Amino acid sequence: MSAVLTPPSVALVPRRGLLLGIRGWAGVTIALAVVAVIVPIANLLVPGDSVFHLSDYAVQLVAKIMCYAMCALAMDLIWGYTGILSLGHGVFFALGGYAMGMYLMRQIGSDGQYRLPMPDFMVFLNWKEFPWHWAVSDSFVAQMLLVVLAPGLLAFVFGFFAFRSRIKGVYFSIITQAMTFAMMLLFFRNETGFGGNNGFTDFKRILGMPLATPSMRMTLFVITGCTLIAFFLMARAIVESKFGRVLQAIRDAESRVMFTGYDPLRYKLAIWTLSAAMCGIAGALYVPQVGIINPSEMTPAASIEIAIWTAVGGRATLIGPIVGAFFVNGMKSWFTQAFPEFWLYALGAMFIAVTLFLPQGIVGLVRGPDGVLARLRRSTRREGGSAS
Amino acid sequence: MTPELMQAGARARRAAELRSSAAAIGESGGREASYSRITTGELDVTHGAILYLDDITVSFDGFKALNALSLSISAGEMRCIIGPNGAGKTTMMDVITGKTRPDAGRAFFGSTIDLLRMRENEIASIGVGRKFQKPTVFEHLSVFENLELALKADRGVRASLFFRLTGEQLDRIGSTLVLIHLKDHAQRPAGLLSHGQKQWLEIGMLLIQNPKLLLLDEPVAGMTDEETDRTAELFLSLESSHSLVIVEHDMKFIHALTHGNPAKRVTVLHEGSVLAEGSLADVQRNEKVVEVYLGR
Repeated sequence: MSAVLTPPSVALVPRRGLLLGIRGWAGVTIALAVVAVIVPIANLLVPGDSVFHLSDYAVQLVAKIMCYAMCALAMDLIWGYTGILSLGHGVFFALGGYAMGMYLMRQIGSDGQYRLPMPDFMVFLNWKEFPWHWAVSDSFVAQMLLVVLAPGLLAFVFGFFAFRSRIKGVYFSIITQAMTFAMMLLFFRNETGFGGNNGFTDFKRILGMPLATPSMRMTLFVITGCTLIAFFLMARAIVESKFGRVLQAIRDAESRVMFTGYDPLRYKLAIWTLSAAMCGIAGALYVPQVGIINPSEMTPAASIEIAIWTAVGGRATLIGPIVGAFFVNGMKSWFTQAFPEFWLYALGAMFIAVTLFLPQGIVGLVRGPDGVLARLRRSTRREGGSAS
Repeated sequence: MTPELMQAGARARRAAELRSSAAAIGESGGREASYSRITTGELDVTHGAILYLDDITVSFDGFKALNALSLSISAGEMRCIIGPNGAGKTTMMDVITGKTRPDAGRAFFGSTIDLLRMRENEIASIGVGRKFQKPTVFEHLSVFENLELALKADRGVRASLFFRLTGEQLDRIGSTLVLIHLKDHAQRPAGLLSHGQKQWLEIGMLLIQNPKLLLLDEPVAGMTDEETDRTAELFLSLESSHSLVIVEHDMKFIHALTHGNPAKRVTVLHEGSVLAEGSLADVQRNEKVVEVYLGR
C-alpha cells in the first residue's frame, strides 16, 4: 500500500543522513582504536626492546602532526569547499596556542628561574602586576574559552569587513597574509605581554599535574586524536548538509547564490569563524605537547604550509588534508634529519608537482574517475567480460 | 483594424498605464507617514505595474550605460527587449536585481517596494528571478541539488544546517525536473550538462522559487532549434501566472513568443534609453530601429 502512495520522485533523492559509507565508518573505528588503544599500549605497556614498542619521539611527532591535520581540515572547509584561500590560518592556530600557553605559564607558579609568582619574562621586564589581558589566565576554564573566542573573534571581525567589502580571491589571500604578518610583529614586542620573541616555554604542569610524565603525554595524545576524529565527523556533517552545499555553491557561482536569495556574507562568515576556532583548538592541543609557543607560528610561511598540506592531500575531500598533513610533515621530519639543507627544495618541488600533475591531490590518485580504485574496477570488469 | 489604429490603441493603453503607475508612486511616495511602506510592503500590483523604472541613469567613467531609462512592465505581461550590443540591456537587469546602483532615478517592484534600497539576495527573496547571459549553475553539485538549493525555504545559516527535504518539496523538485526535461539527469553533476541543458537548469532554478517577475538574459543563446522551440513553449505557458522580461537577439525566438500578437509589446533599447516600443511588426518597421540595426 505504501508503495502505491510513495511518489515516484522518491527515487531521485540521493541517500543521505549516514555521513559516511560502511568503509568510512570502518575507517573511523580503526582510527579511534589506533589512537585510543593501540598507541597507548605500544608506547606504555610494550617493553622498549620489542619491535612493537612505539617510542616517545614517535608519539610526540604523531601528536604534533594530528594538530597540523586539524588546521588542514579547517583549511579544507574554507578553501576546498568555500573557495576562499586563507594564507593567515597560522595566526588562529597561534592565538589558540597562546591562550593555552598563558594558562600553562601561570601553572608554573613560583618554580621559574626567579622563584617568583610572576612568569619569568615579566620579572625580567620588571613588571609588578599582570597586564589586563592576563586577568583570567589562572582559570583553566576561562582560558579554554579564550582558545576558541580569541581566534573566533578576530576571524569574525576581520571576515565581516573583508566579506562585506566583497574582497575575493587573491586579494583576500593577500590581506590574510598581511594580517598574520602584522600579528607576528605585534607579538614580537615585549610590551604586548606575550613574552616577545621567546614566547612561552618551560611549562611544568597542567591542572596541577606534571606535564612531563608518560601518562600525561599519552593522555594529551589520546585527546588530540579523538579531537581530530571528532573534527572530521563534524566537518563531514557540515559538508553533507544543505549549509555545506550552499558553501560549494558560493565557490562555484557566488552571484547565482545571491540571486537565489542567499546572503553569502553570513555563510562565509560562519564557516570562516568556525574554521578559525578549529585552528585555535589545534593550537591549544599543540602547545602542551610541544612545550613552546612563540611568534614564529605566525610567520607568513607557517600559514602557507597549511595551504600546502591541504593541496597535497586533495582539496574538498576532508580526508585528503589529513593525509596531506601526515605526508608532508612525515617527509619533513625525515628530510630535516637526512638532508636538512634540501627540505625547502623538496617542499617546493612537491607543491609544484601536485599542482601540475595531481590537481586532486594524493586522494585523487586513489579516488575519482581516474583514480587507482576506478582503474582497478574497470580492469577487473574487462577481464570478467572477456572471460564470459 | 489597420496597423495604425492598433498602434494608436497600444499608445493609449500605455499612456493610461503610465498614468496609473505614476499615480501609485505619487500616492505612496508623497506622504511622509507612509515612508516605511515603500521598502517593507508586500508586492502591490493593484495599480497594474509590477516593475517601474523611472529616469534611471548609470554611468561608468563618464560612459552612460543607461541614460534616463524609463520602463514599465504590467503584471502578467511578457515583454521582449531587443537592442544592439552596448544598448544597456544587461545593465538594466543589474539595476533591477541590485547588482548596480544607478546614479539617478527610481526603480519600484509593484508600487510599494523600492528596489534601490535592497541588496541582491533580498531582491531575489521578494520574487525577482534572474537568469544570466552565460548559464550560471553550481557545476559541482548535482542537478537535483541545484534545484534543492533554489527551493523556497528559509535562507538562514542555521536553517540550512538542519534542513530536511519534505515530501512536498520533493514533489516540487520532481515536477520541475520533468518540466525542464532533466529528470534522467537528476544525479549528474551540473557541470557535465550540455550548454542548452544548463540554460534549462537555470530556468528551472528560477521557476522553483516561484518568482513574480522573471528577468531572462538571452535565454536561448547556444540552444539547438528544438530546444529553442521548447523554451518558447515553456515561456508561453508561464505567461499568465508570471511577468517576464526577456532580453534576446534571436528574432525568430521573439517571433515565436509574440506570435504576431500586436498586444505583446517589444521594447528596443539604444544607447541606454528606449528607442521604440510597440508590437514586433511595428518596431521592425520603425525607421529609427532599422537605422540603428543596419547602421544607415
